[in-house]
Amino acid sequence: MVLALKNYFLNIKKAFISIFEGMAVTLSYMARKPITIQYPDRIPKPVPEMLPPSYRGVLEVDIKICTGCLACMKRCPINIINIQTFRDVESKKNYMTCFDIDIAKCMFCGLCTEVCPTGSIRHSTEFEASSASIINMVLHYISYGDKVPVYKPVKDQEAQSIPQNEAFRQVHVSWNTPPPLAADVVRGSVRWKPDKPEEEK
Amino acid sequence: MHELFNNLVSNWHLNPVLMSVVTLLWILMIAALVLAFMATFAGVTSWIERRIAGRMMSRVGPNRVGPGGSLQWIADGLKCFLKEDVIPGAVDKPLFRFAPYLVFTGCFAAFAALPFGYGLVASNIDIGIFYISAITTFVVLGVLMAGWSSNNKWSLLGGIRSAAQIISYEIPTGLSILTIVVLAGTLNMQEIIQQQGGWPWHWFIFNNPFSFVAFFIFFSSILAEGNRTPFDLPEAESELVAGYLTEYSGMRFVFFFFAEWANLWVMSAIITTLFLGGWQIPGINDLGALISQSAGAGKYLWILASIAVFFTKTLFFVFVVIWVRWTLPRLRVDQLMVMCWKYFVPIGFICLLGSALFTILPQSSAWNWFYLSMRLVLTALGFGIAIALIWRSIYNIRALDDKIYIKVWE
Repeated sequence: MVLALKNYFLNIKKAFISIFEGMAVTLSYMARKPITIQYPDRIPKPVPEMLPPSYRGVLEVDIKICTGCLACMKRCPINIINIQTFRDVESKKNYMTCFDIDIAKCMFCGLCTEVCPTGSIRHSTEFEASSASIINMVLHYISYGDKVPVYKPVKDQEAQSIPQNEAFRQVHVSWNTPPPLAADVVRGSVRWKPDKPEEEK
Repeated sequence: MHELFNNLVSNWHLNPVLMSVVTLLWILMIAALVLAFMATFAGVTSWIERRIAGRMMSRVGPNRVGPGGSLQWIADGLKCFLKEDVIPGAVDKPLFRFAPYLVFTGCFAAFAALPFGYGLVASNIDIGIFYISAITTFVVLGVLMAGWSSNNKWSLLGGIRSAAQIISYEIPTGLSILTIVVLAGTLNMQEIIQQQGGWPWHWFIFNNPFSFVAFFIFFSSILAEGNRTPFDLPEAESELVAGYLTEYSGMRFVFFFFAEWANLWVMSAIITTLFLGGWQIPGINDLGALISQSAGAGKYLWILASIAVFFTKTLFFVFVVIWVRWTLPRLRVDQLMVMCWKYFVPIGFICLLGSALFTILPQSSAWNWFYLSMRLVLTALGFGIAIALIWRSIYNIRALDDKIYIKVWE
């Protein structure tokens, strides 16, 4: 009886003290600075600039120092890299006509960056690659119709690359860009083709 | 309000038919005024609550629509207004459609007897507090109706829980209201305020130790009646999806939430009226006499001052209710019932008897020093708890080498 009565008042006391302490904690947090980072517009500088350079962002290619060795294309486990090369018989030079990366499929494993001999293909720190149309997520590091000579490594000399993120920014399309009208014009990026009209057969 | 109407109409010399039409119009106008106040308050509170919740969780809260996010509630209201009113196929349609209005009506009807300032009450009925505690039980009906008609196990559980909870907590609420009614000797809301004074030691909360305890019982049990956290079992989102609200969408959903936030004002206004001296301005003993003596603008200034005092106290309690919501975890059903029947009800009875005892104590001037010193000690205790809470919060901030940062518009 006495013990039960003691417990009864002890419970009331405990309730009061715990509510008091709890209320003090929440009130103290109300008078502190919020730790929220108000992404994307109320931050001192863009998030890609705040990330470490080793961050595995979207793949980018510095096409000026690409040797066209196709190592990355062969290494890619899901075949998202498409490189087309040809040899000009007259000038006896190698050219690339296509370097596409489908970042909608990319799983950011980083195997392509490991095999690259010059560090041409690498991760940027950019991650805002969303797009209104999935076709826009195929990055064309060589635009249609161009041909780029392959890079020949010079002995005892590091390949001079452009700064990180630069190559991505040159080819990136803003997220609300409409898809290309004739999707099959964009080589290597056709995922969906309308059925051919019957009369062509 | 009624006196004002009589003064206005007595000069017009209307025949009885016209008189009844004018009276009806007057009633509708008052109802529209109160509804407008309720709607605005519920809307703005929805934003303020989210801001306070944000800051208590080290977040910012909604801050994009309007300055500091202050128009967020309009955007939300518009959004819900334009949403489709989904009524699932298996529900009991008439009850399902009707339930939100019942909840809303129960909450809105309580505003009829709530005072806002000196002489400002929609209907100055003699059984004010009794009427409020009776009419707010409409909410239980609505919630139970919503739970049953949704034809959904979560909703039904929520509705049943709500019925059990609100009906149980009617008893400690009633007992602690009676504690004050015994002291005041009236059920009229305005007269209960007039029985108190401006200074804290004239308030009924600090009248005697029993009314001081009754205040805490009343505060806790009215939280339970309003389905606020830590007693929000009917809509416990971690267990019951959204309780009785699960099947509701669009405007019907908003009606429930409207009632919930308007209920915040009802709770706080009742607390202010019963325990904290209502609109009594500190230092003024007889506000009614002062107003009838002063002429012209002075009269309205005094009424405005009384409104300001009432609103300050009420809004402080609105803040406390929000603060409690974002502090305490939800109770289990058994804990809820234990709290009601083992703690609040017996202590409530003791408070009622103790308060009744104080009214039959000798009221001669020889005893005045005793009453006054008791009130002063209780006032010191009440404000001491509040100051200790603030001191403890500052200590919590300093202990982690943080800085006090109070920037509201962010």
